[in-house]
Amino acid sequence: MDAILLARLQFAANITFHILFPAITIALGWVLLFFRWRHLRAATADARQAWLNAYRFWTKVFALSFALGVVSGVTMSFQFGTNWPGFMERVGDVAGPLLAYEVLTAFFLEAGFLGVMLFGHGRVSERVHLLATFLVAIGTTISAFWILALNSWLQTPAGHEVVGGRFVVASWWQVLFNPSFPYRFAHMVLASALTCAFLLAGLSAWQLLKGSAAASAPRVLRVGLTLAAVLIPLQIVVGDQHGLNTLEHQPQKVAAMEGLWRTTRGAPLLLFAIPDGAVRENHFEVAVPKLASLILRHDPEGEVKGLDDFRDRHPPVFAVFWAFRVMVGVGVLMLATSWFAWWRYRRCGWAAEQLPRALLWWLAAMTFSGWVAVVAGWYVTEIGRQPYIVYGLVRTAEVASTVAAPSIGLTLALYVVVYAALVASYVGVLKHMAEKPEAVLTDDGAPAGAVATMAAGAR
Amino acid sequence: MNWMSFDEALPVIFMALMGVSMLVYVISDGYDLGVGMLMHRATPEEKDVLIASIGPFWDANETWLVLGIGILLVAFPKAHGVVLGELYLPVALMLIGLILRGVAFDFRVKAHAAHKPTWDRLFFAGSTLASAAQGWMLGRYVSGFGSGWNYPLFAAAIAIALPMAYVLLGACWLIMKTEGELQRRALAWARMAWPPMVIGLVLISMATPWISATVRQRWFVLPEVIALSAIPLMTGLALLAVRALLDTRHVLGAICWLPFVLLIVVFGLSFLGLAYSLYPYVVIDRLTIWQAASSPAALKFILVGVCIAVPAIAGYTVFAYRVFRGKTGELRYA
Repeated sequence: MDAILLARLQFAANITFHILFPAITIALGWVLLFFRWRHLRAATADARQAWLNAYRFWTKVFALSFALGVVSGVTMSFQFGTNWPGFMERVGDVAGPLLAYEVLTAFFLEAGFLGVMLFGHGRVSERVHLLATFLVAIGTTISAFWILALNSWLQTPAGHEVVGGRFVVASWWQVLFNPSFPYRFAHMVLASALTCAFLLAGLSAWQLLKGSAAASAPRVLRVGLTLAAVLIPLQIVVGDQHGLNTLEHQPQKVAAMEGLWRTTRGAPLLLFAIPDGAVRENHFEVAVPKLASLILRHDPEGEVKGLDDFRDRHPPVFAVFWAFRVMVGVGVLMLATSWFAWWRYRRCGWAAEQLPRALLWWLAAMTFSGWVAVVAGWYVTEIGRQPYIVYGLVRTAEVASTVAAPSIGLTLALYVVVYAALVASYVGVLKHMAEKPEAVLTDDGAPAGAVATMAAGAR
Repeated sequence: MNWMSFDEALPVIFMALMGVSMLVYVISDGYDLGVGMLMHRATPEEKDVLIASIGPFWDANETWLVLGIGILLVAFPKAHGVVLGELYLPVALMLIGLILRGVAFDFRVKAHAAHKPTWDRLFFAGSTLASAAQGWMLGRYVSGFGSGWNYPLFAAAIAIALPMAYVLLGACWLIMKTEGELQRRALAWARMAWPPMVIGLVLISMATPWISATVRQRWFVLPEVIALSAIPLMTGLALLAVRALLDTRHVLGAICWLPFVLLIVVFGLSFLGLAYSLYPYVVIDRLTIWQAASSPAALKFILVGVCIAVPAIAGYTVFAYRVFRGKTGELRYA
């Protein structure tokens, strides 16, 4: 395989692994703050304890997810340079400050207060501890702001001038709030909230099935389902708006998502197809007539540009087409699941023990559905930007590394093995944690890090 | 002497920022990694204390590396390409090491009890791999990525010496943060790591002037050499003081912090010496900071953020260390 494909695979492997964890922590930080607040405001002693248990359990999930996000994020800060050395040389004046501001305003904020948030309860006042939790939550969100601003600029560049092949900033306001940024930011923050909501609901369902957290799990399940049921319709609206924005600024990406080879009036919506880039046709199409035009142009006879208008300037179709269908499919499943489960849970008066076990099993199966949708969605937008790294302006091949293919291949293999093992461990450990009896949380502060039994001469 | 204009001074300011970030990283993650490399020598209960002593800090410590590399990336993009291109494999190994170290830290207490020893081993292995890779990279960097039989040998020597320096730092951290039997054992670990660290430091000090005529001329010229000799002299004195302290009983009591602080001084002085050797190069004899720098406009935009953020970062870092000051106790999620 050639070096550029390996470099892309390596970067893709890392960024895919990385996004799994911010997708959880961006929203989970705020959920923890909510648990903490419910704990402080609870009317009965039982409720106080239950919310505290929920906070303690989910803090551990947060800590683990955060650690995985940090280590893969550190890796990424190196891979910008090792895999795409030309990238920073060309667009460093735009991308550099955005990355620098992320580290300065978000990374340090999160990392600085995470220790206090995780281990500082009892060492600082309740108010300072709450503030530390808030600062970690806001830190993850600020981090998302900078990174999505940069990614959106790569998709819909604005506010720059090109001077002698280098990109120079003309207006920071336009760079930050480039045309696709508001849509992408809203879409990602909601995606994180939904990922987190299904994780909350799924893991709580598992705890109920195993009978391990009778006090906190019913409450967390309700939070998760409510969050999902409220946010998924919102996400569908935002996603639609994001799609229309993409149609305006990156028409070939939408053409690839729709599997539309030729510019068509009254374009059909393909439910199934095997796009074939070699013959520039689809095989085995199953289509709803005129629906794509209706969705994209809000007019059944509206014209949608096809891939043939962009010949060597459009992304690989098969991957984008199917990633889009996976994302939408999971989204629809999330909508049906959260609405049905919320309605069913309410009907039995929020008494978790009356929920059918089949529903709990289904929710447990949906625990990581957010991951699938998030990764598929990012594949649509990132593969959909190819062959460009900066849409329409810089091609990915122009900025690739000169490192020899075997070196990249070797490290790629290493990364993939480590990442696969870590994802498996992560899922396994969450399952293990959920099965532990709740009593270890009720005890005033579970021994989580370490117990200093090392008084002088204790051994 | 002509004063440089502000635009010309910007790369110098960013070089200093990058250097300070790297120095803070080496010291702060150095003691973390050092503690990690001592894991296999500790009993299961001691392992928990070792981890608890670095638990609230390691994440923020690693962020300094992101800032240092981030500045290299955004302020000196050409140098970032050259340096990370030359160091492609060791960088990847270091990252794998840091990944294993970082996640093992969290997994070991959350996973099934039967898997804890495996995560402890991965914690040790990750810390060692990351430290050795950093030593190799430092060796390659200060010797200008030269080719020939002696260069890899030199880098290999540093790949052993830097982890030993981290072990010494980690052991002195434990002398400060623990008590009783563990503290006495930390003393023994510190004594063991002292000689290889000193040898490594001497090797690096000799390497740069030996390899580069530019550096040689800068150091061994009268009258500068007289003033400059203060750096190695003070470093030597601080190192001897550390060694002497390790033999006293007082170091277990009120002055338990002194070896760690003296080592910070050693790292700081070594850094000054290295900075004096390298300046104004960002890649020795190949690329000066002005050749490698981004445009003044971009640097100014970042500098505004730096001026606001860095004091805040310093402030809450001090706050976090104050919250967790004193001997390491029980570490609980709450």
